[in-house]
Amino acid sequence: MNTLASLSGASSKRVLPGFGLSLGVTLLFVSLVLLLPLTSLVGQLSQLSPAEYWAIISAPRMVASYLVTLGGAAVASLINAAFGLLLAWVLVRYEFPGKRLLDALMDLPFALPTAVAGITLATLYSGEGWMGRLLAPLGIEVAYTWVGIALAMAFTSIPFVVRTVQPVLEDLPAEVDEAALALGASDTLAFRRVILPYLWPALVTGTGLAFVRSLGEFGAVIFIAGNMPYETEITSLMIFVKLQEYDYAGASAIASVVLATSLVLLLALNVWQGRFVRRLHGGNA
Amino acid sequence: MLTPNVLRRGLLAATITATLAGGVASPVFAADRELLNSSYDIARELFATINPKFVDWWEANHDETVEVKQSHGGSSKQARAIMQGLKADVVTYNQVTDVNVLADAGLVAKDWQQQFPNNASPYYSTTAFLVREGNPKHIDSWDDLVADDVDIVFPNPKTSGNGRYTYLAAWAYADKTFDGDEAKIRDFMKRFLHNVKVFDTGGRGATTTFVERGIGDVLISFESEVNNISQEYGDDQYDVVVPPVSILAEFPVAVVDEYAERNGNTELAHDYLSYLYTEQAQRLLAGFNYRVNNDTVRAEFADRFPKTELLRVEDVFGGWPQAMKTHFESGGILDQLQRR
Repeated sequence: MNTLASLSGASSKRVLPGFGLSLGVTLLFVSLVLLLPLTSLVGQLSQLSPAEYWAIISAPRMVASYLVTLGGAAVASLINAAFGLLLAWVLVRYEFPGKRLLDALMDLPFALPTAVAGITLATLYSGEGWMGRLLAPLGIEVAYTWVGIALAMAFTSIPFVVRTVQPVLEDLPAEVDEAALALGASDTLAFRRVILPYLWPALVTGTGLAFVRSLGEFGAVIFIAGNMPYETEITSLMIFVKLQEYDYAGASAIASVVLATSLVLLLALNVWQGRFVRRLHGGNA
Repeated sequence: MLTPNVLRRGLLAATITATLAGGVASPVFAADRELLNSSYDIARELFATINPKFVDWWEANHDETVEVKQSHGGSSKQARAIMQGLKADVVTYNQVTDVNVLADAGLVAKDWQQQFPNNASPYYSTTAFLVREGNPKHIDSWDDLVADDVDIVFPNPKTSGNGRYTYLAAWAYADKTFDGDEAKIRDFMKRFLHNVKVFDTGGRGATTTFVERGIGDVLISFESEVNNISQEYGDDQYDVVVPPVSILAEFPVAVVDEYAERNGNTELAHDYLSYLYTEQAQRLLAGFNYRVNNDTVRAEFADRFPKTELLRVEDVFGGWPQAMKTHFESGGILDQLQRR
């Protein structure tokens, strides 16, 4: 955002008064809302020796939960990348009755308590549910399997992709793809060489956010996952289990793994996006 | 002469007056004292029934009004909330361990189990089975659960006290059957755990999975919960099976001395918990399918609670702290049994 603002030559006049004051308020807010809880997390961790810490986070059952969580989040994010892009495209480029309703529905996964989402999905996709009954003859089991985990994650995180791609797509005039077509590009070529590169940063960011969100998802997933050890246990459930055992340090240790993974991913996304935007605008990156 | 209009207006005025008067007469104003009861998840309906009766009983003997407030949740979570500062006067839990945690933290007296009769457990239950109508898989006891074609649903022992009772009941049964031969017990438990289809995090979640989703041949839960489900959905859909041998599930109560004292509620808190042992309260408890110790009430409800041998955690596992350490801690026997 900063890069874009400076590129468009923002004036030096500020809307908010007093750099000192606004920075102070920002730092205070960040400290209270983000840093304080994080500090207490690190405080809990300091009760563990490095060997204990390693033993907790590298336990076979824990590693299995990482794989389940990462796998589920990866599948969910890929599905969301494809369908999120399609949804954003439909919402921006076409006029149809009920468009506003569909637009509003996109935010529903944010608004809905995740436990409700999980219970609803489990109802739909269990052997007795509408969808479950249709899929059962095909030999596809969704509820209480790994597929259900990915489904729940996809449901709760799809707004990230749609809402990141949508504004960028709105900035891209329809004339651009028309021009590409007029210059003789085929549909696929125009999409691949003209539209996709433009949407790429937004799409990757949205998918990345969806992925990170899925890593930490708890409420929606536990109701549709069977929660069987080594098979359908997600990492947030392992944190919950540790808390039930009054093992705060252990819970913090696992939480720190999720947190570090998310942080690295978000940081990488930011760095990559910065480079990409600079390259797009012909800067010497 | 009264015209209909005047009559109607008069009626309206009378109604308003009556409403206002009623408003003053009914106890809308705050009670003199409030008592907070921190309880387990599925006890909402139970205490919603008991509390008004207690208030009547207490106010009949005292010259002040009281109100009992409730807080419900998974009982480990409830205990954590108290340790983090929730000022509850009494706890009514479904797990001894969660009261022990409070005792360790110095909020509850160390000898809390001696402060009220029956190990401070005014009512008790056991684990029982709910099977589909007609019991198609012929499940009568624990050894029927390890057959290859039986799917079991019960909550995760790692996250649910209810689930821990089920696990311990199965172990206690195996311990008795195989005369303490640990290799055989472990083999039995492996087969038992292998048949579990879904591990929900709590008792109500497991009920939903079994009842609403149609998963599994048998739901294992507290006898009280199993009976309540069967009554709610009609016994033409499910059968309740109480195994001949099972575990004694105590529902411990304690005064949170630290906070009750600070709230000036020590006496009230003791009276509240003592009330649970009165015949009146015991009858209410039995109505919710909990087993009680009062002889009169026991006789009245005799046909509802089949005779069964109830093993004690203290006798089989050497007490709760020992059972938690050996079986449920990270790397404990449960983890070993579930290891691939």
